[in-house]
Order: sequence, then C-alpha cells, then structure tokens
Amino acid sequence: MEIQLNGAMVTTSAPHLMALVKAQGLDPGSVIIEYNHGVIKQDTWEKTPVRPGDILELLSFVGGG
Amino acid sequence: MEMIEKNNNETIKIDDPFYLGGQTFNSRLLTGTGKFASREIIAPMLNGCGSEIMTVALRRMDADAGAKNILAYIPQGVTLLPNTSGARTADEAVRIARIARAAGCGDFIKIEVITEMKYLMPDNYETLNATRILAAEGFKVLPYIMPDLTLAHRLQDAGAAAVMPLGSPIGSNRGIKMEEMIRIIIESMDIPVIVDAGIGRPSQAAQAMEMGADAVLVNTAIATSLDPVMAARAFAMGVTAGRMAFCADMAGETNQAQASSPLTGFLRETA
Repeated sequence: MEIQLNGAMVTTSAPHLMALVKAQGLDPGSVIIEYNHGVIKQDTWEKTPVRPGDILELLSFVGGG
Repeated sequence: MEMIEKNNNETIKIDDPFYLGGQTFNSRLLTGTGKFASREIIAPMLNGCGSEIMTVALRRMDADAGAKNILAYIPQGVTLLPNTSGARTADEAVRIARIARAAGCGDFIKIEVITEMKYLMPDNYETLNATRILAAEGFKVLPYIMPDLTLAHRLQDAGAAAVMPLGSPIGSNRGIKMEEMIRIIIESMDIPVIVDAGIGRPSQAAQAMEMGADAVLVNTAIATSLDPVMAARAFAMGVTAGRMAFCADMAGETNQAQASSPLTGFLRETA
C-alpha cells in the first residue's frame, strides 16, 4: 500500500505503526509519530494499523536553541 | 535580596528566585542544546552552570537511523523548552507546539517563527498569532521576538509567560545590539523578559542582566566554545554578577568626575 511518510509517497507492507518504525530502521524510543495530524502514543503503535493513504510524520527531538 | 555568605566568604548564595510560567527556578541562565560537537558534554555542562531550562527542537527523522533522541542526553529534572524552529507560519508553530506537548515535553514552548533566512529575524506577526492560540490552550508561551514594545504588550495581553527579545542575530555572538529597545521593554513589562540570541560573551550576559533582564538564553556561545563546561560556568557567573548588580541598584553615569577621595588639598584647606 502507499502512504505519505515524511512528505513522500512510499510503499509499505507494515501492518502497524511499530512495524513501520522498525522497517525504517529507527529506534522506537527516539521516534514521535504524527499520525494523520495527531500525535499517537507509543503504547498504541502495535494496535494502530497502517492504512493506504495514511499521512505519517516520524519526528524526533534534536538539538536546538 | 538576601545574601548568605559562607564561612570562606567565597561562595555567595543569592535567594533570588526566578518565576516563570508558574514555576520557580534558581538559575537565570537558560541554555540550548544545538551545535554541541558532542552531546555527552550536555550533562556536565549543565552540572557546571546550574541551568535548569534547556531548549530542544523537533525535526523529521531522516535516514540517519540510530541517532539518539536529544532528550536522552538531558538530565532528569531539567525543564524542557521545546522551540518551534523551522516554523514559517503561526499554524506550523502551533502544530509543533502541540506535538511537543503530546510527546511529553510539558507546557513550555518557545515560539520561533522565521521566514527571513539571512539574519533569521523572527516574524513578529505570526509569532503573536501563534502565541494567542497556544496561550489559550494552556501553554506557557515564550515568544522569541524582534524587540518591539507594542508587540511585547500584545504578547503579554495574549497570555505569554515571558517575552524573549533578541540581542542580535542568532548565533552571531554580537551581544546586546538592541540595547535601547530591550531596555524599554524591560521597563514596561509585567512578565519576565529573557534576552535571547546573539549573546556571545559572559560580559554581554552580565550586561543584559544589569539592564534588568530577568534571564538570558545562551546556546551557540557555549556549544561552540572549545570547552563548553567552562564556558557555561563563565556565563552563569556573568548572569549572577549582572543580576546582583541590578539588584544592588548601581548608580548611574555622569559626564564629569565624581571624586571618590576628599577634595581638600593634601596639606591645604581648598582644592
């Protein structure tokens, strides 16, 4: 299925958000997910299916002033 | 202000709390987490300078997987001040603020809306709009602004927790170039004034505090020094010195000399 991930259309077969994060090679503990314009907490990632057309932002806190 | 001198007369503790957003802090030095060559230096840097509030930014994760979240390097107990850097509009700033809070960063938010990329001047109009929205949602809003008194009043009326006028362009180390405008804001505001951006030397931090600023935010000058731990301590001392001078209500300047010794001649009655 196609989803919008960090601004780009990508194809994924990840069944849920946790699988998607891991498929991206990211450390789940460092990721914040904005899922269809709302923040979704990590304890629900495995229960949240990825659906075609979802808009996802994978974000993280970085250094800044 | 109460001063408690310890036995050796060297360490002076000042009972001079800094009230911000309904919380009480001891340190008036806010620090940033950007530009450090090694993020492991952040914890000893904080230990050395006593800063209790640190800024962080939010970005898309890229292919640089494995890069740890900056929060992993910030000691427990530090109050996080996420910024909205990267926002070009009020709406983007609001979105970042909501994400940061939902991600567990607390209620503080530094509004930073920048559309001008050479001098990184803040967009005061979008900043005001974002402040109105976020303050109404219960955020403790700290807007980064070009020092403008009318805007500062409107931010205060909108419920900002403080205003953060810039001293000079971000990362420029040029000091308090906006001195007179900041002085007017300090004199006029009921909410704290935190001088942000451009402070490149401890003497400049001291200058801001002598002027009556409630606090300063320093990032680049600490992070890019050869020894960030020592630099941060120097800034903390500058902030304390400036604050103590302000509280001591130092005398003003005069053009003519004001004798500090008796004016009588050494062996005569008149000078």
